Amino acid sequence: MSTYDTGHNPARRQALSCLAAWTGAAVVWTVAGGVPRALGATTAGAPTAATKNALTFVQISDTHIGFRKEANPDVVGSLRHAIADINALPQAPAFVVHTGDVSHLSKPEEFGKAREVLQEIHVDRVHTIPGEHDTIDDGVTGYLKFFDHDGNGKAWYSFDQGGVHFIALNNVLNFKVGTMAALGDEQIIWMKTDLAHVSHSTPIVVLAHIPLWTIWEPWGWGTADSAQALALLRPFGSVTVLNGHIHQVLQKVEGNIALHTAMSLAYPLPTPGQAGIGEPGPVTVPAGELGKLLGTRQLSVVRGRHELALIDTPLAG
Amino acid sequence: MSYAFSRATTHPVRAAAILALVLCAAFVVPAIFAAAAAPAPTVDLNIAKFAFAPKEITIAPGTKIVWTNHDETPHTVTSNDKSFASKGLDTDDKFEHTFASEGDFSYICTVHPFMTGVVHVHKQ
Repeated sequence: MSTYDTGHNPARRQALSCLAAWTGAAVVWTVAGGVPRALGATTAGAPTAATKNALTFVQISDTHIGFRKEANPDVVGSLRHAIADINALPQAPAFVVHTGDVSHLSKPEEFGKAREVLQEIHVDRVHTIPGEHDTIDDGVTGYLKFFDHDGNGKAWYSFDQGGVHFIALNNVLNFKVGTMAALGDEQIIWMKTDLAHVSHSTPIVVLAHIPLWTIWEPWGWGTADSAQALALLRPFGSVTVLNGHIHQVLQKVEGNIALHTAMSLAYPLPTPGQAGIGEPGPVTVPAGELGKLLGTRQLSVVRGRHELALIDTPLAG
Repeated sequence: MSYAFSRATTHPVRAAAILALVLCAAFVVPAIFAAAAAPAPTVDLNIAKFAFAPKEITIAPGTKIVWTNHDETPHTVTSNDKSFASKGLDTDDKFEHTFASEGDFSYICTVHPFMTGVVHVHKQ
């Protein structure tokens, strides 16, 4: 597994099985017609009332450690802000997932800094997957030196926790010229083998950096062979796909498969194909606005319930 | 040249010889200089707004191309036949490659494979 032990009270994992969902101050997002819309603060706890036997975990994404341009000169500070929020949750999450672009330029010092700061999160494990910024010079080789702890030399893996089967994928390589990146045949075959041992009633959570549905092809915001992956997931009763890459919250539901993108912890990007912006580069926003566009996500898996409860929380309200 | 021109009216054969010499000088001499030590002609290409500009270019063999990344996002210059490949280029980083032989060289940014470009190297 591409995880690491953060050394925070390893016995605590046993105590996590009866975690209730967190209902702190946050903004719940909904998406209608492709446009995310804030429903309002959840301080009252309405949308995700505390439930017994919920597995709760946090998703962070796109930390881009090493980025220091105008759009966010202090990405480490933004990550630490998020970590403070996570550590302050009234009920600690079981673990954290990072959906890619850990680093900005795939440099060893960036991976090292990221790993060092992520260890400040008070969870047992942080599961990571690579983004395209983590595979710039030598594929996943440099990334795996910091984020591969089972030594299988792959950036994809699966694990089970709280009755949920998690699949972490690498969909930032394997591209054909002029197209979007892909999972590739080897990984699709691995997925098929992996899923063969999982009952169709088991909730599945898939982690992949680039969205597993095509959001905006001219910017590479999609996965060339996502249809093959989704076909493998379709027989399962509850599938939740968590993506990063596009630095904003979008959602799509296809039958039993719900796909969600997350905010970044580094800088915002334009909306898909945004008029007047011809490319998916960092967007510099007025002072005081950045914290509203960066954030974390908390998820609760409730037994017997089809969909995961999601709360997206900006760094600053 | 005015001398050659005026003589040409009366001595076409000699004029043709002079013309041949001039043509030789035009083509051979620069080639000799190039082979000696003259710096390779250089062409600058931009990487900006997630595109190579110009996307397509035709150059003579021996020309050096220098790409400069003007974006805040890293890019690479990576040929499809692996004959040249940059490291990740951060803002204002440069990558250069001299094209010695003729051919058509397609390249992409491996971070954003939808970014494509091509260098045509032909004798001109």
